[in-house]
Amino acid sequence: MANEIEKQVAELAEKVKKLENRQAKDQISIIAYSGDLDKMLAAMIIATGARAMDTEVKIFFTFWATAMLRDKNKSAKGKDLMSKMFGFMLPRGTSQLKLSKLNICGMGTAMLKGLMKKKRVASLEEMLATAGELGVEINVCEMSMDLMGFKKEEMIDYPNLKYVGVGSYLADADESRIQLFI
Amino acid sequence: MTTDELKALKSDKTVDARGTACPGPLLAAKKAIGDVQAGQIMEILSSDEGTKNDIPKWCKKMEYNYLGSIDEDGIYRLFLKK
Repeated sequence: MANEIEKQVAELAEKVKKLENRQAKDQISIIAYSGDLDKMLAAMIIATGARAMDTEVKIFFTFWATAMLRDKNKSAKGKDLMSKMFGFMLPRGTSQLKLSKLNICGMGTAMLKGLMKKKRVASLEEMLATAGELGVEINVCEMSMDLMGFKKEEMIDYPNLKYVGVGSYLADADESRIQLFI
Repeated sequence: MTTDELKALKSDKTVDARGTACPGPLLAAKKAIGDVQAGQIMEILSSDEGTKNDIPKWCKKMEYNYLGSIDEDGIYRLFLKK
């Protein structure tokens, strides 16, 4: 009888340990996908806010959003024609992003930026810098970079920037309590 | 705490986040709280109405003791004990 109980306790302890390992961490995983100014602002506000709440933040930049991480003062050599074309057509960094709505040939975007300044809402550039200071981790989708012909040497200097694949995102998301696709 | 009790409080640290928009006050509070010792009182000044709801939630998450707020002509004074 006592043996039986001991065995059951040991089994339970094992199960609890496994469950504890599976528990989500105080962490948020964000997929930055759209690359629209308004949506990227939302992503960065959430990311920096989360750090203020001591929550770990990992942002996976993929597809259109990767263009936001280009440095307009840097360039890369040795691109083929298609890469050059993509590079030319896509935004070179945060300052060239457009609104997803009411862009009106850039007029709406300019108006919003003016309003943000007036109302003292931090710009995307400032938020990205704050995110770096606060330890927001940025993971960039290697495949998107390759597809759009972006090279590492044209990307911004950011303290926690890594080039990864979908596996890293999934592993991060798996242990995050919050997940967002923006 | 009542408004009078809050008004009588002596803050050990005051964070002036007036004029900044979300998430400015939260980031300012987070930055300042490092200088505050356990048991000390911190006051946050904000002109952003959302802060009034955000700071109590922030306190709950960070396990600080939220004491209350005073509304003075569109400026919110929020108090917490670390």
